[in-house]
Amino acid sequence: MEAFTEKFGIGQPVRRKEDQRLLTGGGQYTDDINIEGQVYLAFLRATYAHARIIDIDISAATTAPGVLAVFTGQDLAKDGVGRVETDIPLKELDGTPIFKTQRLAMPTDKIRFSGEPLAVVVAETAYQAKDAAELITIDAEELPAVVTAQQAAAQSAAAIHDKKPNNCALHWENDSPDAYDAVAAKAHKIVSITLTNNRVVPVPMEPKCCTAEMDTESGRMTIYAPFQGGRRIQEAVADLLFDGDGDRVRQFSDNTGGGFGTRSKIYPEIIAICYAAKKLGRTVKWLGDRSETFVSDYHGRDQVNSAELAFDAEGKILGYRLETLVNIGAWVSENGARLAVDGGGRILGGAYVIPILYYSCRNMMTNTVSTDTYRGAGRPEANYIVERLMEKAAEELEINSQELRRRNFINTFPYTTQLGMNVDCGDFADCMDMALAEADWAGFAARAAQSKARGKLRGFGLASFLEGAGGRPEEIMRVRFEEDGAVNIICGTFSHGQGHATVYSQILSEKMGIPFDSISLIQGDTDTAPSDASGTYGSRSSQMGGVAIIRACNIIIEKGKKIAGHLLQAEANEVTYEDAIFSASGGSVTMEDVAKAAYDTRRLPDGLDHGLDETYHYTRDGGRNDQSFPNGCHVCEVEVDPETGTIELLSYTAVDDCGTVLNPLIVHGQVHGGVAQGIGQALTEHTVYDEETGQLLTGSFMDYGMPRAKHLSSVEALFNPIPSTNNELGVKGAGEAGCCGAPPAFVNAVLDALKPLGIKHLDMPLTPNNTWRAIHDSETQGATSRWI
Amino acid sequence: MDMTGEQRIAAPKQAVWDALNDADALKASIPGCEEIEKKSTTEFSAKVSLAVGPVKARFSGEVTLSDIDAPNGYTLTGEGSGGAAGFGKGEAKVVLTEDGGETVISYTAHAMVGGKLAQIGQRLIDATAKKLAGQFFENFASHLEAESGQPEAVETAAPFAPAVAPAAAQTNEAGGQSLFWGMMGAALIILWIINH
Repeated sequence: MEAFTEKFGIGQPVRRKEDQRLLTGGGQYTDDINIEGQVYLAFLRATYAHARIIDIDISAATTAPGVLAVFTGQDLAKDGVGRVETDIPLKELDGTPIFKTQRLAMPTDKIRFSGEPLAVVVAETAYQAKDAAELITIDAEELPAVVTAQQAAAQSAAAIHDKKPNNCALHWENDSPDAYDAVAAKAHKIVSITLTNNRVVPVPMEPKCCTAEMDTESGRMTIYAPFQGGRRIQEAVADLLFDGDGDRVRQFSDNTGGGFGTRSKIYPEIIAICYAAKKLGRTVKWLGDRSETFVSDYHGRDQVNSAELAFDAEGKILGYRLETLVNIGAWVSENGARLAVDGGGRILGGAYVIPILYYSCRNMMTNTVSTDTYRGAGRPEANYIVERLMEKAAEELEINSQELRRRNFINTFPYTTQLGMNVDCGDFADCMDMALAEADWAGFAARAAQSKARGKLRGFGLASFLEGAGGRPEEIMRVRFEEDGAVNIICGTFSHGQGHATVYSQILSEKMGIPFDSISLIQGDTDTAPSDASGTYGSRSSQMGGVAIIRACNIIIEKGKKIAGHLLQAEANEVTYEDAIFSASGGSVTMEDVAKAAYDTRRLPDGLDHGLDETYHYTRDGGRNDQSFPNGCHVCEVEVDPETGTIELLSYTAVDDCGTVLNPLIVHGQVHGGVAQGIGQALTEHTVYDEETGQLLTGSFMDYGMPRAKHLSSVEALFNPIPSTNNELGVKGAGEAGCCGAPPAFVNAVLDALKPLGIKHLDMPLTPNNTWRAIHDSETQGATSRWI
Repeated sequence: MDMTGEQRIAAPKQAVWDALNDADALKASIPGCEEIEKKSTTEFSAKVSLAVGPVKARFSGEVTLSDIDAPNGYTLTGEGSGGAAGFGKGEAKVVLTEDGGETVISYTAHAMVGGKLAQIGQRLIDATAKKLAGQFFENFASHLEAESGQPEAVETAAPFAPAVAPAAAQTNEAGGQSLFWGMMGAALIILWIINH
């Protein structure tokens, strides 16, 4: 029995059981699902970014070939389809609650961003639907577009929502600035920086899509769509279209081509599609094209941060002041206005002790698509600010930046952050030492000299970071032992690349001592998921779902002991369980025997329910403030070509403390993916809206710079695991840490390379053009002599 | 976006002016022009089929002339809509200057595009604008040639791009976007001229 826990238990490099299927084309994505009799839907989207709707003329479209119906927001309103409500419990200091925009699936009054859906056409074929949509004409009075958060904050800015003339959905502050101002007044040095955290498009490989199947006999709808946890879409569609009757709505996802947070949202398109399916009593299928996905998937990041740190004479941080402007787009989405407050706010100041904090966060509405969760969701932004500041501070204080970090690292635990998170453990200095050793920091000067000899500028960058992972402090998992000895894990978390089928199986295999291959995962179906199960986001599935599995197994073992005692004619409390064997008074039965007996009422002791099937509702002790706190230190080395501004990433070393490593292969994959997305944001990805017209100019792969293999180096991923004390598995969510470490490590490395030119500041993305321009300006301004 | 540019036409100023105000001359010159109507001395409407990369649409446009100073110049204000494909709109000041029996058409423009045209078309506007501009001026010159019956007087304009590129480079100091803004502007000018 030990053999498979050695091979397949916790901590083992088990190959993913998902991969055979996915790599051989066996995956089933939403567009692979076809229902007999399905019809097709196309959206007409707004071309203006901001306009008052006068009329939408659908007459030509309704008579076009193959067209079954055309619906606008007015049709939905007439049928009483309500608004998607957001439920963010945040308030301003004076008690003003967050502004709720109450979005309709399709607007009836105004167009608020270019790409907003205005009408749907349902036709016999997809091309007929698209052709007919082009026949719809929109009569609208164009209004001035408000594009950036700074524009939105200006006095003269047009109002996106008439009820909120200042465009600020939430001006959140943790406190008055007085306490900070008092320490700043006594500070030895104040170091300040203003940074733009560039907006990124999430770009999952699978575009946005949905098929809504309406069974007119049962009155029940099945929604096939990529979704990171189906309960929320089930509830939203039930509320808006089925009088709140969740039993009439099923959401199903098989495989999903990437989530990154953007596939956890209740998009208005889904409501409109479900409406059309219900209205027509047909199965309605929609596959968004890449252009639609670009303009309508919620984007990520988009902040402007003005930050300062106050230091004493020894280089210890006295206080931190941060003023953030977030561009949350046209509508207050599910999480958009809470990311910088709840997401980033929880770990503001990163790896460092922050005695006093003043944090002001204005969430500004603009004529752009909403921003919302994107891998890291606020924490990469927070770490980026403080890591850029620490580098700048080191220079201004004339203290080595590694030494400055050491003087300020959090090193007594638990440490409570200024916004109340209880960081239970970590060793930032150790992570940094490991990273510096692995990356051969000692040899950097010699390598830089070699680069210089070749006409290149070499830089070394470092970022320590603190993550806060876990999200909602509850999760529910069902573990069912079948009669034949197979085990099913049935859940509402949703693996869209994370490898849950493998990792959950490892956890269960280790806990129960049963074969890894006998365990299966059933996910992605609201008909089978435990009610009130949540989903996969915020790097939470192992630490929440994994723990719930362990606890469900504990109940199963206790029940199994009663059954085994009955079979062995022993008292249940005499029965012991180890490696799938129940033993008592010289006799033993296997887990498989017990499972068989559990389904055979003749062999069950009195008073026990039939079956071996437990659902555990896990609530994390301490709630949301006691999540897990992954952390680490990432370093990288770059070479800049001063003639072209091209940056080459030469090496990348990641030391991650993600607690207990359940499967090093999978965690390596998580780190690599997070780093790639972080480098993408720092080097190539940039979402550009025309600041006058609000048009998305980087709306395709021709203009939006996805990172390619050539932009990356191999990533050396090391672990420095310090088990979390906030869950019994000891895990810390690993999925988003790479995005926290990579942007500051990379930008710090480039600025280190450019230091001889006197360049002190750059904003992401560091495209060759931006970098070359900075080099060119530094030369033409004559601030420094040419570096060679 | 803002841009300036100029184009030399081998014809006298009055002839160029007349042609610029003549619906038939414009219809003959504008690539893809299906119809053009002079609604009054200051208003034109037109329908033009246009493809910018994958964005293909039939654009309906309205152009209004103001600040008319015949034959020296005017201001064009226009908007063209291609439905779901997007729209283009803006304003251009056009000045005609006679130079050695030839005419230099110079323009300063402020323009914007929206929808798919902005989202996916802009990378391809460069090539499209060059192609359309070349065709327009070639057609325009041929039309003048036929009208005037003086083949030797017609000297087809130099390729459009060189006239535009320096202007584009000048108009943008913000950096990386300069080339593409310039090209957007070039395309819009074409759109207007087309719609005009």
